[in-house]
Amino acid sequence: MPHPAAPEKHHILSVLVENKAGVLARVASLFARRGFNIFSLAVAPTDDERFSRITIVVDVEDKTIEQMTKQLFKLINVVKIDELDPTDSVERELLLCTVRADPSVRSQVVEMVQIFEGRILAVGHDVLTVSMEGNPTKVDDFEELLRPYGIVELQRTGRVALRKLQRRPRPQALQAS
Amino acid sequence: MKLTGAQALIKSLEMEGVEVMFGLPGGAILPVYDPIIDSSIRHILVRHEQGAGHMAEGYAHVTGRPGVAMVTSGPAATNIVTPLCDAYMDSIPMVVITGQVPYSSIGSDAFQECDTTGITMSVTKHNWLVTKAQDIPEVVKEAFHIATTGRPGPVLIDVPKDVSNQMMDWYWPDTVDLPGYKPTSKGHPRMIKEAARLILASRRPVIYAGGGILKARAADALRELAELTGIHVVTTLMARGAFPDDHRLCLGMPGMHGNYTAVTAMQRADLLIALGSRFDDRVTGKVDGFAPEAKIIHVDVDPAELGKVRRPDVPVVGDCRLVIEELVIAVRDLLAGGTEVPDRSPWNATVNGWRAKYPLAYEPAAEGDALKPQMVLEHLRDSTPDDTILVSGVGQHQMWASQYWRFNHPYTWVNSGGLGTMGFSVPAAIGAKVGRPDRMVWAVDGDGCFQMTAQELVTASAERIPVKVAILNNAYLGMVRQWQEMFYDERYSEVYLSPDLPDYVKWAEAMGCVGLRAETPEDIQPVIDKANDIDDRPVVIDFRTDSREKVYPMVPAGQANDAIVVPPFQEGRHGEGGH
Ligand SMILES: Cc1ncc(C[n+]2csc(CCOP(=O)(O)OP(=O)(O)O)c2C)c(N)n1
Ligand SMILES: [Mg+2]
Repeated sequence: MPHPAAPEKHHILSVLVENKAGVLARVASLFARRGFNIFSLAVAPTDDERFSRITIVVDVEDKTIEQMTKQLFKLINVVKIDELDPTDSVERELLLCTVRADPSVRSQVVEMVQIFEGRILAVGHDVLTVSMEGNPTKVDDFEELLRPYGIVELQRTGRVALRKLQRRPRPQALQAS
Repeated sequence: MKLTGAQALIKSLEMEGVEVMFGLPGGAILPVYDPIIDSSIRHILVRHEQGAGHMAEGYAHVTGRPGVAMVTSGPAATNIVTPLCDAYMDSIPMVVITGQVPYSSIGSDAFQECDTTGITMSVTKHNWLVTKAQDIPEVVKEAFHIATTGRPGPVLIDVPKDVSNQMMDWYWPDTVDLPGYKPTSKGHPRMIKEAARLILASRRPVIYAGGGILKARAADALRELAELTGIHVVTTLMARGAFPDDHRLCLGMPGMHGNYTAVTAMQRADLLIALGSRFDDRVTGKVDGFAPEAKIIHVDVDPAELGKVRRPDVPVVGDCRLVIEELVIAVRDLLAGGTEVPDRSPWNATVNGWRAKYPLAYEPAAEGDALKPQMVLEHLRDSTPDDTILVSGVGQHQMWASQYWRFNHPYTWVNSGGLGTMGFSVPAAIGAKVGRPDRMVWAVDGDGCFQMTAQELVTASAERIPVKVAILNNAYLGMVRQWQEMFYDERYSEVYLSPDLPDYVKWAEAMGCVGLRAETPEDIQPVIDKANDIDDRPVVIDFRTDSREKVYPMVPAGQANDAIVVPPFQEGRHGEGGH
C-alpha cells in the first residue's frame, strides 16, 4: 500500500511536555476522547532533560485545530504548544527502506539514492537498505520512485519541524571596541 | 522525621485541612487505613464506593472545599469511576485516593490489579501513580492545588501498597512546581471594556449564568451586574441559586425543560452574556437554531470552552468573579462618561408578557387520582427553611425539583447535571449534610434512582447523618417513559418498576431510617411536618405520584428551542406573547 500522502493543508503542533511517565498516553487518550485524528507523531527528548517535544501533524479545519490546541493545553504536563504554519517552517522526516536490487537494477537504485542524497546502509545479495532524510514531500517522491523495484520493508519516522528563521535585514555591525 | 508512606499520606491530608473523608478499605489500601485511627480526620465508612464518590461531591458542592474519598484497588477503583466522571462533567473539586497492588507487581495481573490511572485518565483533571513514598507530600499538595484552582475538577492519586509501607523523610512543600499549569484569573482589560460597550448598546440582552458562577463564588458580583444594568438572568441547571429566583430580574431555568420565558428570551436576545456557562446541548437545543440574532460575550476560566460550541464576539478568559467585578466597573465608567443606553422597555414588556402567559403550571389532580409530583414539591418547598439544601437524582423528579423549588441562595441545589447519574442523590445528600450539618438537607429522588444507591442510608443511620429523602414514586423510569410516550408511539419498553416492590417504608426502616408514606393530597403536609421534626436519623417518604405526569415545557431532542412544547392546557396561547 502506498504511503498516504501528507494532507494538503495540514497543521503541525509542536508540543513541549514534561518528561514524565504516561505523558504520551495522556496526549493520545485526549485525541481519542475528543475524536481528533493524528496523521503523524514524533516524540523525543529535548536539550533540557525535564522536557520532551511531541510533534503532531493533523489534518483538520482551523476551528478544530483551535479546540485541539486548547484541550491539549489543559493537560497538566503540557508546557507549551506552538502551532507551526507549514509555509513558515522547516519540516524533516527520515525514511529507512529495504528495497529489491538484484544485479540487473542495482546501479539504478544506487543512482536514485545518490540523486536524493540518501545513503546506503547495508548491502545484501539482491537487496539494499537505504536511508533518506528530507522535506516530507521529497521523502514521498523518493518512496514513490523506489516502489517499482519492490519494497521489502519501509519505515518513516513521522515529521519533526521547527519555525523558519526570520530573515530581517542585518543590523549595522557593532563597532569593535 | 521518618514516616511510612501511609502516615505521610494521612498527614498530608491533614496539612491540606481535610476534616472528613468518605471511603471503604481493602487489601491494597490497608496500610493507609491504620494511621486513620490516630488522625483528626473523620472517616465515614460507606457501603459502596460509588457512594463515597458522590458523598465527596455533595460535600464539595455545598462547602466549596474539595471532597475526599479513599478506596482500595481493582473493583473499588472501578466503582468510583462514575463519581469521577460525574465530578469531571460538573467541575467539582474532588480528591480520590486509590490503593494499588505493590509497585513491584504492577503489570503482572496481580490480585485486584487494574490500570486505575489509565482508566481514569479521561475523567480526571489529572492523576498520579505514586512510585516513591518520598513523593507523597508533593503529590498531595499538587493534587489539591489542581483540583481547586482554575476550572475545578476531580483528581486521583493511585498509591501502591509497597509505597505506603516505604519509609520517607517527612517534609511539607510550601509551593507547587507545575510548569504546564498556570490558570488565568484576571480577564483581559480590553475585552472587558468591549464587553461593557456591547452590554450598554444592546436592546435585548440576557445574562446566561452557569455553574461557573458558583465555582467562582461570584453570586454577589452577578447580582451587582444584573442590578446595575437591569438585565434579566437565566440560571442553568448547574447555576440554580446563583441568582435568587425571587428577584424581579430572574427568569429561571433555560434549556430542554426550562420555562418558556427563559428559553424564549434567549432565543430572541440580541446579546447573550454567558458567565461560567458552556453552551451545553441541553441548553442550546439544535445549535444552528440557537439564539440566532444574539451576539455573544463569553466569560469562562477554561479557554477551551470559548468557541467550543458557539463562537463568541467577545471572549474573556478569567475567573468569573474577578471578571464580573471588572465588568461592573467598566459599565459604571461608561455610564459616568455619558454613554446612552437604548430604550429597553419594549423588550422588558415582551418578557413580562411571556411570564404572564406561560408560567410554570400543571393541572391539579382530579379527585381520587394519584399525587401530582409538582404539588408534593410545592408543599415541601413551602414547609422548609429558605436555605434548605435540595439534592436530586436524575429524571423527571429532577426537572420538577429544579422548576418548582425556589432557590434564593447559592449552594442550596446539588445535582448531577453533565453526566446525569441516577443514584446520585442519596449519597450526595449525605455528603452535603456532613458539609453543612447546620442546614436541613432534603433529597428529592426517583423510585428508579433510589434503588441504585439507597444502601448508603445505612451509612447515614450508622453515622447519624439525618438527611431526608422524598421519593417521587411514579412506579416508572419516568423520564424514559415520557420519551417513549411522546416519541415512540406510547410503546413502553422496560420502564415499569411497580409502586410497592420494593416496599420503600419497610426498606427505610430496615436501614435504620423512619419510613413514611403519602398517597392522598391530605397525607402530604402531615408526613412532611413529621419528617421535618425528626433530627436524629434519616427519614424516607414514599410519595405515590401520578405515572402519567410529564415534564413541561419541553424542547424535543435535536430541535431548535423555537420548537418548545408547552403543557397541553397552555397551547393556543402561542403568538400572543408579542415576539
Ligand atoms: C445510571 C443511569 N442509568 C440510566 C440512565 C437513563 N435514565 C435517565 S432518567 C431515567 C429514569 C429515572 O427514573 P426515576 O429515578 O424513577 O425518575 P423519574 O424519571 O421517574 O422521576 C433513566 C433510566 C441514567 N441517567 N443514569
Ligand atoms: Mg420514577
